[in-house]
Amino acid sequence: MAHEMKMDKKNMVVVEGSYAVAHAVKTCRPNVISAYPITPQTHIVEDLSKFMADGEIPNCEYINVESEFSALSALVGSSAVGARSYSATTSQGLELMHEVLFNVAGMRLPIIMTVANRAVSAPINIWNDHQDSISQRDTGWIQLYAENTQEISDMTAQAFKISEDRDIMMPSMTCMDGFILSHVYEPLVLLEQDITDEFLPPFRPERILDPKNPMTFGAFADPHFYTEFRYQQERAMQNSLKKIEDVANEFYDMYGRYFGGLIDEYQTEDADIIIMAMGSIIGTIKDVIDHLREKNVKIGLLKVRAFRPFPAQAIMNVIKDAKVVVVLDKNISLGMNAGALFIETKSVLYNTDIDVPVIGYMIGQGGRDIPMSTIEKIISDAEEVMRSGIKIESQFTDLKEELL
Amino acid sequence: MKSISLLAPGHRGCAGCCDAMAAKFTLMGAGEDCIVVSPTGCLEVMTTPYPETSWDVPWIHSLFENAGAVASGIEAGLKALGKQGTKVIAMGGDGATMDIGLQALSGAFERGHNITYVCIDNEAYMNTGVQRSAATPYGASTTTSPAGKVSFGNPRPKKNMPAIILAHGSPYVATTSLAYPKDMIAKVKKATEIEGPTYIHCHAPCTTGWGFDTSKTVEVARMAVQTGLWPLYEVEDGKVTKVRKIGNNKKPVEEYLKMQRRFKHLFTMEGGAEEIAKIQAIADKNIEEFGL
Repeated sequence: MAHEMKMDKKNMVVVEGSYAVAHAVKTCRPNVISAYPITPQTHIVEDLSKFMADGEIPNCEYINVESEFSALSALVGSSAVGARSYSATTSQGLELMHEVLFNVAGMRLPIIMTVANRAVSAPINIWNDHQDSISQRDTGWIQLYAENTQEISDMTAQAFKISEDRDIMMPSMTCMDGFILSHVYEPLVLLEQDITDEFLPPFRPERILDPKNPMTFGAFADPHFYTEFRYQQERAMQNSLKKIEDVANEFYDMYGRYFGGLIDEYQTEDADIIIMAMGSIIGTIKDVIDHLREKNVKIGLLKVRAFRPFPAQAIMNVIKDAKVVVVLDKNISLGMNAGALFIETKSVLYNTDIDVPVIGYMIGQGGRDIPMSTIEKIISDAEEVMRSGIKIESQFTDLKEELL
Repeated sequence: MKSISLLAPGHRGCAGCCDAMAAKFTLMGAGEDCIVVSPTGCLEVMTTPYPETSWDVPWIHSLFENAGAVASGIEAGLKALGKQGTKVIAMGGDGATMDIGLQALSGAFERGHNITYVCIDNEAYMNTGVQRSAATPYGASTTTSPAGKVSFGNPRPKKNMPAIILAHGSPYVATTSLAYPKDMIAKVKKATEIEGPTYIHCHAPCTTGWGFDTSKTVEVARMAVQTGLWPLYEVEDGKVTKVRKIGNNKKPVEEYLKMQRRFKHLFTMEGGAEEIAKIQAIADKNIEEFGL
C-alpha cells in the first residue's frame, strides 16, 4: 500500500463507533436529518438528536418520522430543495425503504445513509450480517463497506463528496457492521471540522425546487425515454469508480488517513491465496494472515470497500496471478447457494484470460462469531484446492449439523 | 406569471377532468410562491409526460404513498436553508391520501409541519381503472366492488378523512367541491396562510369513473352538496366555524345517484330502493350534524 497512515495519538479519543459516525455527520454540516429508530442504528440517531438539542448543528432540521419509509421519503423532498440530507438505518428498516431507494437514485438525489448492517427476518435477529444492504444492490446506491470505526467515520465525509459530485449525483450507503462497529469503543480521530470544511464544499446542486425557476421533478417517462434515464444512472455509477479512488486519495492528502479506495490490499504481492471480504471481518483476516505468514503461507487479503459500483478491474488486477481466491460473504442469495461477492467476482472473471479457481463461504450469518480458527480452516481448504482443485465451490461455514 | 393559470393548458386529462379543475383552483388559492408535491395518480400522469410539464410552479412526484413525508422534507429543507415564505402544498387523490399514503400523512400532521394537503377525492382508484378505495361511497359499483346478483356494489360508507385529520389537532380543515370554485380558492388561500398542517378535502366527480357526460362535472358536484351527501364546512382549531347551508334547495339523493352510471344498479335491481334509502339516511345525518 502506497499510503502511510499519519495518525497522531494525541488527537485520538476513545468513543463508540456510533458516536464517531454521528460526529462525522455533524461535521459534514447537514441541513436535514430524518430517521426512525431501529437496533443497532439507534445510537447514531440518538447522538445526532443530542447534538441538535445542544444547538451543535447549525442550519439543520431533524425530522422524527413515523417509519423508515418516511425517513427516506422526507429526504427526497429536502434534497430536492437543495438541503444536504442524511439518514441512518439497518435491516428491516432498510428493506422497508426499498421502493424509496430506487426513487432516490432515479431522481439523482445525493442522500447519504449509514447502514448499521444487520440480518433480516425471519427468524428475527438483531445481530450483524450483510443481507440487508446486499439485498439493495440493484437500487442505484453507491455502497461502501467499512473495516473499523475510524473508516466509517471518515467514509461519511467521503461519501458526501462522491455523491454530490456533478458527474455522479447518486446516493450512497456507508455500511458498518452492526454492534461489531456501531457499539464498539475504539481509539480514533474524530472527523476534523476545519479540514472537512475545506474538503467538502457546500451542497449546491444545479437543479432544485425553486419558485423563482420552476422545474418538474419526478415526471413519468414512457418507453421512448425510460432507457436513457437508466443508462445515465449506470454511467454515473461508472463515473463514481474513479471518483471513489480520487476522493480516498484526496482525503489521505488532507487528513493523512487511508483505508483504500474501491478496494484495499494486504500482503497480496506474492500471494498464492487471496481472501476477499467486506466489513469488520477484515481485521480478523489480517490477524490470521500475520499468523500464517510466519508459517510461510503465501496469503493476502483483498478488501472490497465498494460493492456498488463493483470494482471489477481493480479486483482482477489483484487476483490475476493468484492460485486460488477465497470469497467470504455475510449474505446468501437463496436459490444460488452462494453469497453476492462470490457471485459477482466469478462473473467478472468470465470472458477474461484470468483462470483462477474461486471458492465461496457464507459466513457469520445472523452475527455468528467468526473466530480466527474458522478462517484458518477455510485457508487450509484453499490450500487443498491449490493441490487438487475445487470440490465444493460454495458452502455454509460452521453449519451445526446437529441442529438440522 | 407565465400563464393565466399556473396549471398550463394542454395537459392530458380527460374532457371534464376533476383533477385539472382541482389543481387549477388550488394554485389560484396558493399563488406562485409555492412548491407542489403530487403522489402517483391521474394528476401526476396527465400533467408530466416527460419532457412535457403543465406545472408553472416547482413540482415533485416521488411515490404513491409518501406525499406527506416528501412535503415534510421540503418544508424542513426550506426552513434549514433559511428560505421563508414559500408555501408547501401536497395534492393527491383519495387512494394516495386515505389508503396507501395515510401513515405518511398522519406523521406529517402529527409533527406539525407547515404544509397544506389537498385531497382530490374522486372516490375510487381512477388511474388504474376505477377500483374501490376507502373513499368510495356506499352502494357505488366499481371494478373491484361491482354490483352483481348478490351485491349492491361497495358495502361500506366513505372513510371520514377530515375527522381523522382533525384528530391530529390540525388548525384548519375544510371541505370543498368543484361546484364552488370561489369557495375552494378562498379556503386554499386561507389554509396556506395558516401556520401549521392544514387540510382541504375536495369532492371531485370523475367523468369516466362515475359515468356521466363530460359536460356534467360541475352539476354532479353541485348535486352532491345539495343532497347533503357532501357537506361543505370549515373547522378552525377544532370548531366548525362555517357551513354552506342547503336550506330550501335540498334535493333527494335519487337525483344525485341517477346522474351516474356507478349507481345505476340501485334503480334496476330488486331491493335497490332500500339501498337508496340507506344512502338518503347518510345525507340526512350530514344535514343534521352540520345544520345544513
